[in-house]
Amino acid sequence: MLYRDLLEETFLAILSNKVRSGLTALGIVIGIGSVVAMMSIGQGATADITSNIQSLGSNLLIVSPGSQGGVGSNVRQGQGSAQTLVLSDSDAIKENISSAVSVAPTVSTKKQVIYKTNNTNTSIYGVDAEYLVIKNLEMEFGNFISDSVKRNSRVAVLGPTARDDLFGENVDPVGESIKIDTQKFTVIGVTQAKGGTGFGSSDDLIYIPLTTAQTYFTGSEVLSNISVQVESEELMVVAQNEINTLLLERHKISNSEEADFSIMNQSDIMDTVSSVTGALTLLLGAIAGISLVVGGIGIMNMMLTTVTERTREIGLRKSLGAKRKDITMQFLMESIVLTVVGGVIGIFFGWAVSWLVGKFGDMTTVVTFSSIFLSFGVSAFIGLVFGYYPARNAASLNPIEALRYE
Amino acid sequence: MIECKNISKTYKSGAAETKALKNVSFKIKEGEFVAIIGQSGSGKSTLMNIIGALDVPSNGSYFLDGSDISSLSEDELADIRKKKIGFVFQSFNLLKRTSVLRNVVLPLIYEEMDKKKREELARKALRGVDLSEDHFFHLSNQLSGGQMQRVAIARALVNDPAIILADEPTGNLDSKTGDIILKTFIDLNKKGKTIILITHEQSIAEYASRIITLKDGEIIEDFDNNEKSKLIPILKNK
Ligand SMILES: Nc1ncnc2c1ncn2[C@@H]1O[C@H](COP(=O)(O)OP(=O)(O)O)[C@@H](O)[C@H]1O
Ligand SMILES: [Mg+2]
Repeated sequence: MLYRDLLEETFLAILSNKVRSGLTALGIVIGIGSVVAMMSIGQGATADITSNIQSLGSNLLIVSPGSQGGVGSNVRQGQGSAQTLVLSDSDAIKENISSAVSVAPTVSTKKQVIYKTNNTNTSIYGVDAEYLVIKNLEMEFGNFISDSVKRNSRVAVLGPTARDDLFGENVDPVGESIKIDTQKFTVIGVTQAKGGTGFGSSDDLIYIPLTTAQTYFTGSEVLSNISVQVESEELMVVAQNEINTLLLERHKISNSEEADFSIMNQSDIMDTVSSVTGALTLLLGAIAGISLVVGGIGIMNMMLTTVTERTREIGLRKSLGAKRKDITMQFLMESIVLTVVGGVIGIFFGWAVSWLVGKFGDMTTVVTFSSIFLSFGVSAFIGLVFGYYPARNAASLNPIEALRYE
Repeated sequence: MIECKNISKTYKSGAAETKALKNVSFKIKEGEFVAIIGQSGSGKSTLMNIIGALDVPSNGSYFLDGSDISSLSEDELADIRKKKIGFVFQSFNLLKRTSVLRNVVLPLIYEEMDKKKREELARKALRGVDLSEDHFFHLSNQLSGGQMQRVAIARALVNDPAIILADEPTGNLDSKTGDIILKTFIDLNKKGKTIILITHEQSIAEYASRIITLKDGEIIEDFDNNEKSKLIPILKNK
């Protein structure tokens, strides 16, 4: 049988029972659609987080307090829960590590912030001037905390989200005064939005001078972390080792396994995060995949019914000289065309859903080519797998018995 | 062109055995019009299935055009059917909701013939059974029984097979329509087609030039009906 004829036969057969074919294909539409939509949400989250991490700055090392037993344990202990990193450590890095271009010691805490009747609970970062350089921050209004700012002065720079919460969108709040916890602060600037939502956003926070934060909020020399910008990518490993040695010496620890701090670089962070988001995407895809399997079972069910209903036709075709292969191909083609058509519609459907989620759901969604190709391949594969058994049943019918079938 | 040598067919279902054919031997030459007659259960359909290469005998040999096809595989038999046999069934077996033309074209699709040529052949076959052009694009289920059976005959003819096998072709038709179908077979036979007609009615068998009578799976009579068949009125009328 020629392929053109095979396709023609297939479409005639599918169209001869439009309602049933439509409903069966709908199962695949929903299955593929949810896979595409779910994957787009997973991949959107990945893209979000990745861009947030990249926006941290380039060639960055982050020294955090707490034991070093790998990234996982660091996360478990939580940044800043151990009190092993102090301002003099930061100064020592600045003095001794030649490849460290900028060093930004940071303390962070969460406080209630009030402007008039508006209030928000947000992160307060105690930083100095170098923070601006390391994090690639740019100003929307006013200035960042500079070296000329006096020790312990109560000035604040707002992240754009914090500004929106307190003053409203696009307002220039420079010169206004806000209350952080019980202290009055004067707003001296607003940073530009760095984009990204949710996890790791650098927009929803307030910067104050490091000394101010230590004096009024954390009450000690303890740091939450130290960000170190290294001169070049090639020097990252050297710098990491040098800082490690320096801090071990300062903390009087001889066994590096017992270090009370950890040093992470961007790619470490990226690895951790992408393994988490990868698992998330897979999980979402797998949940959606279940509906795809249900759709495939629907196809198989319909094809089995079709084969039974058309037993006589199969007998006739065999009597006219159709071979096993001809019959197999005919029924296999029907299920493949159904699933592929359902799959293509499903891709558009999933795309539309992910667009709607992105637009109205305050979530980033990304429909990638790979997820489209994957869905398309999966739908054709499902047609093949779930269509094979009914098609083989049809092909193995005995022509005499098939012709006598009532 | 057809030679059956000591053909037997035994159906086994569980412990029960049915001997549908017992040591049947006969020859049919090209251009003959043979009726196979016998009571229900006498083995007519079983014999037709073997002659039509739908089934193989349990014992004995079946030669079609000189080659033994009694032990071919399923797909090899399909090839024989495609090239040499045209079937006409009691219940027509047309594809429903499918045009007359497409029904007739169907065997040629399996021959991988190109579209233009096969439609030409289908039209020719339909004209050969006196079906008017108006009906070519009607759906098969919109036709009358007589028209359906003529479409089925056209389908059997379209690939120009050596043998037309018809199992009770008039069984679902009234006698007047049945006569038209029989006349179609007689005309085809006059043009040189070998026709094997299976029936349980003597009156229908009388149209054939040779009558083979089966009883309990055995041939009990092989009768030359040539002279008598010419006296049947339907032949004189046209
Ligand atoms: N597939 C089969 N399985 C078992 N027995 C069968 C089968 N086909 C036919 N028979 C038996 O073989 C005998 C001959 O049947 P058949 O050739 O159909 O006779 P006819 O066409 O003359 O009525 C009958 O007894 C019938 O019951
Ligand atoms: Mg019979």
